[in-house]
Formats: sequence, C-alpha cells, structure tokens
Amino acid sequence: MLDQRNNTTLPDGAGVGYKPQHFQDLLHAPGAVTWLEIHAENYMSDGGRQIAQLRHLAEHFPISVHGVGASIGGESRLDPEHLARLKKLVDWLNPASFSEHLAWSTHDSAFLNDLLPLPYTNETLTRVTSHINEVQDLLGRKMLLENPSSYLAFSESTWSEPDFIREVARRTGCGLLLDVNNVFISATNLEFKALDYLDAYPLELVEEIHLAGHDEDADELGRKLLIDSHGKPVDEPVWALFDHVIARTGARPALIEWDNDVPEWDELENEAARAIAQMEHVIADQAQRVSA
Amino acid sequence: MTQSSLIKTPSRTTVSQSAFRTAILNAQADVPEGLVNPDGQQASKRFSVYRNNVVHSLSEAMLTGFPVLAKLLGDEFFREMAKVYLRIHPPTSQLMMHYGAALPGFLESFPGTLHLKYLPDVARLELALRRAYHAGDADPIDPAALTELDQHELMEAHLTLAPACEVLQAKWPAKSIWDFNMADGPQPNVGAEDILISRIGFEPRTYLLPDGAAEFITSLLKRRSFGTSLGLATSNTPDFDLAATLTILIAAQAITGIDRK
Repeated sequence: MLDQRNNTTLPDGAGVGYKPQHFQDLLHAPGAVTWLEIHAENYMSDGGRQIAQLRHLAEHFPISVHGVGASIGGESRLDPEHLARLKKLVDWLNPASFSEHLAWSTHDSAFLNDLLPLPYTNETLTRVTSHINEVQDLLGRKMLLENPSSYLAFSESTWSEPDFIREVARRTGCGLLLDVNNVFISATNLEFKALDYLDAYPLELVEEIHLAGHDEDADELGRKLLIDSHGKPVDEPVWALFDHVIARTGARPALIEWDNDVPEWDELENEAARAIAQMEHVIADQAQRVSA
Repeated sequence: MTQSSLIKTPSRTTVSQSAFRTAILNAQADVPEGLVNPDGQQASKRFSVYRNNVVHSLSEAMLTGFPVLAKLLGDEFFREMAKVYLRIHPPTSQLMMHYGAALPGFLESFPGTLHLKYLPDVARLELALRRAYHAGDADPIDPAALTELDQHELMEAHLTLAPACEVLQAKWPAKSIWDFNMADGPQPNVGAEDILISRIGFEPRTYLLPDGAAEFITSLLKRRSFGTSLGLATSNTPDFDLAATLTILIAAQAITGIDRK
C-alpha cells in the first residue's frame, strides 16, 4: 500500500481529471490544482508507464479514484472480476476518495463503455442499494455516488432523481458527488428547474463537486438537447449553479473534468483557478454579510 | 421537487436493460417503449445520443488501439469497419486498454478486408504491443549471470522472462509492416516473420527472431528448462543459432531471472 498518510482526504480546493500529457506540468507548475482524479479502469494493469506515473503523482497529490465501469445500476450481479481489480487498485493506492456513477454499463457480459440511464423505481432502489453496499463492504470504505446526465426519462419512474439519491444515501451511508454540469444538462433536457433539483437534493452529503463542459444539439422537435461531452470550458450557467451550491455547502473539493479535446495545461489550470476564485468569493461574501 | 415536473405520462412501461442494450447496438432497432421525451412522448433522437456515444467511444478506442491498421485502411474506413466489429464483438471487459482482441479473426472474414491477408497478423502484433505496454514491471538480470553457470547448470536452469515478453509467429511480415508505417523502416518484403515483443523501460519493442528462436522462447515462457527448450529448437531447426537468440533476449531486456532448480 502506498503511503498516503498526508493525503487521506480531498482538500476543499480544485482538482483536475488527470491526463498523462500533463504529467510534467503537474509536477512543476500545478498552480491552483491541489488534487487529482483518475478513472479507475485506466489503471487496472500490472505495471507500465501509467502505473509508474500514478505512483509518482500520489506522492505529491491526494488522489480520487473515479470508477466508470462498475455498473452500479446493472440488473445483473456486479462483475466479481471487476470488483477484484477495483479492490486491488484501491488497496494499493489507498486513495483519498472513491466514487462511482448512478448508471449501468454492463449487461449480459457486454460492457458498453457508457453511463446508461436508470428508471427511478423501488426495484432500482433495492438493486442500487444492494450494489453500493457490496462495493463499500468489499473496499472497506465509503463511496461517493454521482448523479447522471440525462437525455430522456423513463415513463416507469416513480421517484424524482434527488429523492431517489437521498434515499440511496440514507440506506447505504454513501456520500455524494454532485456533478453540477450534469444537473444543468438534465434540467435543460428534461425541462425542470436546476434550482428546484438542488433544493430537493441532499446537499449536506456532498463531498465532491464535478464541473465540465457540454455541447448543444436539438431533438427532433428542435428542443434544446445538451450533450455531456467533457470537451470544452465550463459553461457560464454551470458556474452560476456552482456558486449557488457552494453558498449552501461551503467549500468543497471541486473537479474540472476535461476528457476530450484536452487543452494545454494553462487552459485547464485556468479553469481550476476559476473554481477556487469563485469558492473564495462566495464564502467571503457570506462572511461579510454575517459580520455586517 | 414533485415527480410530475419530470414525468408527464401515466404510462408505466418497463424497459429492461436487455432491450436497451439491443437497441443501442442495432441502429435499425426501435427505441424501447417507455423511454420518453420531457412531454411524455416516445423518445427517438434522445435515445440516439446514447447510441452515438457508445458507438463513438468504442470505435475511437479501436482507432487508438490499432494505429497501424488505421493507417493502412485509412481512419474513415477503419471507423466504419469498427462499427461493424463492435456490434458483433462488444467489449466483454471494462478494460478498454485490451479492447479488440477478436479483431484478427474478424479481419479474416470481413468482406471489406478479406483480400488484405496480412491485416490479421498486424492486428495480432498491435494487440501484443498493447499487452506489453500494460504488463507488469521487471528488472532484467545482469547478462554476466548467464556466463557464471557451467554447461550443466545452464541446461538445468529455468529462465524467467519479463511479463511483457511474447512471441508472435506471423505468416506475414507484421514487424516490417509496423516498422515501415510507424518507424520509417524499409519497404517490407513478403514472407513470414517470427517476432519477439518485449519492453525496454516503459517502451514496447519488437525483434525479428532467427529460425527456431520462436520455439526456444515459447518453451522458456512455458517454464521448461533451458536444456529442454534448446533440444526442442534444435530438433526442428538443426542450425538453430543459440548465441544470436540469447543476444536478442539480452538486448530486449527479456531475461529477468535465472532459477537454478
């Protein structure tokens, strides 16, 4: 197990999704970035350059392991081979945090490499709860659950997403990863108010925040359809929602996710610096109002 | 937030993940009933976002994983071929670093590439290079350790080879094709190639093997003794060049241990 005694929690600062092309920049000019997130599945190998880089980075930064393949919402049982690989990685790296998605990706042994949506029913609730308990028991730690970005809804749903997430957290004791961009995308696509969602969402359980860019498209009737592309700067309305969240949660570990058309380090670091600046601004503003 | 702000239809059609999966992988399939737009009407374009995401992410993973095949076929043709492949062979593992393992066999019968007989071997080499890249780390031995053994000890010894080590016996000049396309190598000549895949530090490397060496190294990889492996190689290749083979194994940093019984 790597020595992570000084990195047991994510700091209430800015992190970025780690890309190997930024390895040297992170070591020499991390700027505003004080922690990193990796996709678990990219590091489930026995050795090689990526593992060596991760070992080195873990000496300098708290690491968040973010799974994209566990299929927490899958109808079938969780893949024991995958869980064993996940345990091996988490036991070795001893990361500051582990998170996964409220989604499914594997069915009948086919892994679709995407985060697919779930109907919010009592049946799904039972299944997701049982899968999260299984993961938490196996890893011996609390996991964070991330809210999805949605393009459509299920007519069979009987729960709203915030209520569903609150109930999953209540039953499993898991923490939450709030993806503010996903809230904005789902609100636009499913025509609800993002602020209503956040009012209903258990913000007190949020231990990490995701920020990312999205693309804009339209459906067959010309209605706005936002795509969760992670290939652009964070959009202004998403930054505004971030302020709204921080005003309620206080400072939290905030991550810039930029997975496609990855920019030069300076541009990514700028986004991280903005997240810090906004958090500080919101908190300073509140302090001023309290003292006034 | 009330449920009615999300769902405006009283219908309660259940959508199984099996139906969802089938519709994702088949562009002609109907969108499962029960997936709806915000107005409660049956979704269509919105479902195709998921369909496109899956097809795009898997075909891009293939493109990244087979750079020489993509160069030989052109990115556009490769992507179209990948779309056929991924529907027949969706990933069976979450580790995208190894996706495409069935591509060599697929290329042997895919009508668009049937006539390009060398492609499956190039695919095999690219898969082996990826496995080598992600294989476990191991330090090579000091080659002097081999000379410290007397003849009898050497024959009885078991050599440990690096986890990155593999042998590929290609019917076509897969290494020469790879070198020509990726490393400014000379124009490939027709002919079979026995190839050692290994790793220097973090960089996968390939080496052309002399006759018999593939059999010798494959036998070492099966943990047979040095003497047994040598016997196998020389029985089929009487002029097997052991010195040249050991020179390659040492240059490839392939030998990571000597187990003297």
